[in-house]
Amino acid sequence: MTNIIETFKLTKSFNGLTAVDKLDISVESGEIFALLGPNGAGKTTTISMLCTILKPTSGTAKINGFDIVKEPMQVRKSIGIVFQDPSIDDRLTARENLYMHANLYGVPASEQKNRIDSILKLVELEDRADDLMRTYSGGMRRRLELARGLIHYPKVLFLDEPTLGLDPQTRDHVWKYIRGLKEAHDITVVLTTHYMDEADKLSDRIAIMDYGKIIALGTSDKLKETLEGDVIIIKANNTDGVISVLTEKIGLSGAHVINGTVEVTVKNGKSMLPRIVMATKNDIFIESISLREPNLEDVFLHYTGRTIRADSSREPHGIAAIQRRKIR
Amino acid sequence: MSELRGFYTLWLREVKRYLRDRVRIVSSFFQPLLWLVIFGVGIGASLRGAVPIPGLTYQQLIFPGIIGQTLLFTSMFMGISVIWDKEFGFMKEILVAPISRVSIFLGKMIGDSTDALIQGIIVIFLGLALGINIDPMTFLASLPIMLLITFGLVSIGLTIASFMGSLESFGAIQSFINLPLFFLSGALFQIQSLPGWMQDISKANPLTYGVDALRNVILGAAWQPFQVQPLFMDIAIVGAFDVGMIIIGTWAFSRMK
Ligand SMILES: Nc1ncnc2c1ncn2[C@@H]1O[C@H](COP(=O)(O)OP(=O)(O)OP(=O)(O)O)[C@@H](O)[C@H]1O
Ligand SMILES: [Mg+2]
Repeated sequence: MTNIIETFKLTKSFNGLTAVDKLDISVESGEIFALLGPNGAGKTTTISMLCTILKPTSGTAKINGFDIVKEPMQVRKSIGIVFQDPSIDDRLTARENLYMHANLYGVPASEQKNRIDSILKLVELEDRADDLMRTYSGGMRRRLELARGLIHYPKVLFLDEPTLGLDPQTRDHVWKYIRGLKEAHDITVVLTTHYMDEADKLSDRIAIMDYGKIIALGTSDKLKETLEGDVIIIKANNTDGVISVLTEKIGLSGAHVINGTVEVTVKNGKSMLPRIVMATKNDIFIESISLREPNLEDVFLHYTGRTIRADSSREPHGIAAIQRRKIR
Repeated sequence: MSELRGFYTLWLREVKRYLRDRVRIVSSFFQPLLWLVIFGVGIGASLRGAVPIPGLTYQQLIFPGIIGQTLLFTSMFMGISVIWDKEFGFMKEILVAPISRVSIFLGKMIGDSTDALIQGIIVIFLGLALGINIDPMTFLASLPIMLLITFGLVSIGLTIASFMGSLESFGAIQSFINLPLFFLSGALFQIQSLPGWMQDISKANPLTYGVDALRNVILGAAWQPFQVQPLFMDIAIVGAFDVGMIIIGTWAFSRMK
């Protein structure tokens, strides 16, 4: 496999704040690569540099063999991008938006109609193609943006939070399209997200990002394996009591409370369950206790000591936000 | 080639969006109508026949000025499309495309100029409806001049907008620029009768030459003795102003993020 993207100590600072810190990653040709991280981790900043919208403070990257600083035009021709915030002309129809994009990217006039028709079919918007964008729902807009990013057959497609603000059903739909598009067009996809499940189900490899740095990188399974164990979930009347029992009587570290339940990662879950029940039986009432495989949230917690908290995700500001809200 | 296609696409977008905006087109009749009818007739009547230019009514005198005013206001206002595009995120789609900022600027600028030209044409038809005499040749000759006037003005609007973050600040700056340019262009009077210092300011105003060019074309022989400059000089001055503003505008767009 060849690397279609390689970054070399890619760095961006905004007046003293280092948003992206000496990033060294490589993305293989044909894979779906996720940048997973909490708000402000530097995901959008990374994408913006790779797309030549932002100039790196230092370091550089190569995409499809072209340097993002020295050959921005070549890079632009090699990529497609779906921005975090909406970026469609809503006074034009879907088809007009696609034609405009095709012309901006120099798609030969003779091929435009075919490509646009088939891509509209792929994202199931052919019936609405001649309606103004302002009459579209949020999920439809997102699908059109995905389609638009592909009209010029890019080598790499960047998706910045492709499903932010969409309902679960629409998200499933969009994932399906992303996979379908990737297979149909044989492209590399780089996406950012702070949804665990999005990274987990959609991507081949995941880079977990925090404070501008990659803190862990690998397939979802590999990342979970690094935790070497199971997660035990305890629901009880006294969570603090449970934690002190786990730490003092059993000697487990890293127990914490999430949404009112205690979670702790252990090496051998099945044999640990009875020990926990025994140790707590005198002074704590345990409502339920269960065991699960670790997920990416646990991995993030393991490396940072914090949770990503997808629920407090930052919403788009300004008119973009109004648009998004209208959609739902 | 692909630059040309990018340019054409952006031009087409501006024109399409404008032609779909019925409210804007219909409301564009209104202001010039007020100026020509109420102001033109009103001031004309109060002059009681003491017309400043022999052979011309006051309404006829200000008619080319009101065309100039319409071009000024609409051209400057076009900058709003930049702010709009920034707010709605569409600007990013354009800026990340593999075409040069020169093409982006020119596409948007000439597209907006085309829209402003349409507004100017509407005012000419308004004049015809009010009984001002314009023959087909005069009409045709006025088209390139109107377009020339809009280039520089649209460029100013786009340049300012590229620096502005919000609609409000853009609106505030506009009123600072529009009215002085309009009043000092001689659109409502001939500048020779002004006091010296004011004449000097007017002569530094590019719109003065735009209005003068329109008067040279539309009013013809009656205006000749009062012209600020001969037609070819007007065109040269406005053209030079356009070139300067286009360079500045392209620079402004190339630093936009
Ligand atoms: N133009 C800018 N000027 C100043 N600071 C910025 C700018 N853009 C981003 N930052 C800062 O850089 C950091 C990283 O921001 P970035 O948008 O890349 O985060 P993100 O990972 O995309 O977050 P989110 O999940 O909220 O989209 C943040 O602290 C942010 O405040
Ligand atoms: Mg982001």
